[in-house]
Amino acid sequence: MNYLHKIGCSLENLKGIRDFVRKALKAHVASEVTLNEIILALDEMCSNLMIHAHHCNPDHFLELTIDVSETGELIFEIIDDGVMFDINQFHEQAIDNLIHEKRKGGLGIRLVKSIMDDVQYLTRNGQFVCRMSKQLN
Amino acid sequence: MVHIKRLQEDGADILAIVGEIDASSSIELDLAIAKSVGEGFTKILVDCHALEYISSAGLGVFMSYIEEFRDKNITMVMYGMKEKVTNTFQILGLADLLHIRDTKQDAKKLLNELSA
Repeated sequence: MNYLHKIGCSLENLKGIRDFVRKALKAHVASEVTLNEIILALDEMCSNLMIHAHHCNPDHFLELTIDVSETGELIFEIIDDGVMFDINQFHEQAIDNLIHEKRKGGLGIRLVKSIMDDVQYLTRNGQFVCRMSKQLN
Repeated sequence: MVHIKRLQEDGADILAIVGEIDASSSIELDLAIAKSVGEGFTKILVDCHALEYISSAGLGVFMSYIEEFRDKNITMVMYGMKEKVTNTFQILGLADLLHIRDTKQDAKKLLNELSA
């Protein structure tokens, strides 16, 4: 099964992303906790791209696709015309340091890496693609 | 979209979160906590019964107050979380750094113990 959602880069659209993912996966993911984790990871990836790569310009668009395989593997792709935002290149500060510095950011990328099995980046037809996968038990 | 209701009970400020906290709405949580602190409350309860979702932006708000609460002897206890919301706090271990209880009764008990 394939699902596609096109999103303007406004943080106001994050709710729409969550609703799309929930609707697409509710028949495939039995656990509400697991479903919420997946929604969270995609929310985090999209909000990071909106903020850091597109500066929340609503005229810029991302495409989110979900592919559900027969083996229970979920493949998510965020397709982007903008600047590649590679979370694998980010240095993660220790949480103790974030607390000491009273930082509010720095947790989203950790969540994505903790939830998804794999996060890769590739280019396709001149566009950047962030490809994430998660195997359902 | 989130709405935060405030009420006071037995000297504690109770923040009841209704809705979802994400990157577009976490400022509301930040403002509510800042207001509580600014008004001098040293006991804060956070009612999460109607909190349907929280992303890293909301987690980050709670995390950013940990040091300030230590410095000012402010105690905050959260309660009533749905399992999926509790899990979000647990993924990165933040549940161990914050005070979280299942019920309001347990939260008030802990609040009073920690504030004594």
